[in-house]
Amino acid sequence: MKILVPVKRVVDYNVKVRVKADNSGVDLANVKMALNPFCEIAVEEAVRLKEKGIASEIVVVSVGPAAAQEQLRTALALGADRAVLIESADELGSLAVAKLLKALVDKEQPQLVILGKQAIDSDNNQTGQMLAALSGFAQGTFASRLEIADERATVTREIDGGLQTVSLALPAIVTTDLRLNEPRYASLPNIMKAKKKPLETVTPDALGVSTASTVKILKVEAPAARSAGIKVGSVAELVEKLKNEAKVI
Amino acid sequence: MAILVIAEHDNAVLAAATLNTVAAAQQIGGDIHVLVAGQGCGAVAEAAAKVAGVAKVLVADHAAYAHQLPENLAPLMAELGKTYSHVLAAATTNGKNVLPRVAALLDVDQISEIVKVLAPDTFQRPIYAGNAIATVQSTAAVKVLTVRGTGFDAVAGEGGSASIEPIASVTDAGISRFVGEEIAKSERPELTAAKIIVSGGRGMQNGDNFQLLYSVADKLGAAVGASRAAVDAGFVPNDMQVGQTGKIVAPQLYIAVGISGAIQHLAGMKDSKVIVAINKDEEAPIFQVADYGLVGDLFEAVPELERAL
Repeated sequence: MKILVPVKRVVDYNVKVRVKADNSGVDLANVKMALNPFCEIAVEEAVRLKEKGIASEIVVVSVGPAAAQEQLRTALALGADRAVLIESADELGSLAVAKLLKALVDKEQPQLVILGKQAIDSDNNQTGQMLAALSGFAQGTFASRLEIADERATVTREIDGGLQTVSLALPAIVTTDLRLNEPRYASLPNIMKAKKKPLETVTPDALGVSTASTVKILKVEAPAARSAGIKVGSVAELVEKLKNEAKVI
Repeated sequence: MAILVIAEHDNAVLAAATLNTVAAAQQIGGDIHVLVAGQGCGAVAEAAAKVAGVAKVLVADHAAYAHQLPENLAPLMAELGKTYSHVLAAATTNGKNVLPRVAALLDVDQISEIVKVLAPDTFQRPIYAGNAIATVQSTAAVKVLTVRGTGFDAVAGEGGSASIEPIASVTDAGISRFVGEEIAKSERPELTAAKIIVSGGRGMQNGDNFQLLYSVADKLGAAVGASRAAVDAGFVPNDMQVGQTGKIVAPQLYIAVGISGAIQHLAGMKDSKVIVAINKDEEAPIFQVADYGLVGDLFEAVPELERAL
């Protein structure tokens, strides 16, 4: 079974981003970039399925700038077999990304597509669901457990009240939540080996996909700052303040 | 033009999040219709018809919709949605699951987790874990939006008298089926609806110690939450997680116990009215957002707090 794993290059999760002075976006110059944490979990899950003998090939794909090759190499070092970069200098919306991925799904015919549930930059949480709609596949979002058997995927999903389990016909889309697995670190030999694995670059035009968007970002601002309050010396003082000053209890 | 609001429910009860979504729809302006899709969901439809500001309730009652499977629901919602100016759902796990699928079927972009309506086509939403707020404008024929509940005060659940209209069309895509669910049962209020929340982090050391927080919560009528660190460590289940990828909350009072204040946790609670932090590390970032900080050992402070209430 072939697994497709779309991944995104994003700002490292430890970086606290700052809004640009002209409000055109956030300042990403000289900021550490990384594989989106949820995408890392997606790669790990695919690799584990290959180690179990369920998957035969893992193809990673990223839609992004040329520099996203770095994140594709990371995914290859974690165990993916080959990579495709759909190169786009523009920051694309989730629908455009889903359309590009749909074109790749048509070409590669994977039985399973595993994606992160959201990217920690745009926080959209849309791409997997949109790709499922465009491909006509079933979807198991926010997965904390995945099992493949008898041509079906059984997915346990993290939902607001607890957990839900669904059974999906393959091919299917799965999006990862935090508890699905703990990604491994790439070993040095694997990092070296990854440099030799195939990485193909294509353009949206070559895939015949229009990336036009119906959404425009007008401006990006810093959120209203919350100022630090006071330190209280004792529990008694805390309770007194909550009762008489804040009046919340 | 009219606005279609997707009702959040469990076939028995209309979830409170729907009232915040209707509030967002009111700010956009236009007739508000609510879609209740489920099975045996008549009581939900009746409740939705009473919600202030709702003009019409559409009910799709069929086995295919019983468990909110997106493969079956999205075609129904897209078919109905194309005659509306806006389709809105709460940014709950249900809304997040189904709505992007609807948007893709309508061939429009979705705008996720709006917190403010500036104009019928212009909205604000947090990005980068709430470290930036984007103002976005949509030119889509149908604007598909999920609504973050904490950004909109709920409309009244009573006082309306909308008409109820059944929808006959049914889609059963036949590619997914519901197997089961484990829903946590609790006497305490739901995290996203609670006025007071007591949350624990890695400093709690284990799951048993959360009993300390439950005791305080029960005296305050509060819900109990947790940081990602506490959930990842297996202290408590995932449905208690507050943060960028967990639940977004904005109660009157948030008491953070043994929580350092990672960016992704702050993203889920920094809009709370009053924040209290109890932590032994006085350098913990949580103190930078806390109105009242108490530096000390939580295993002494929390029992003392319980006795003082």
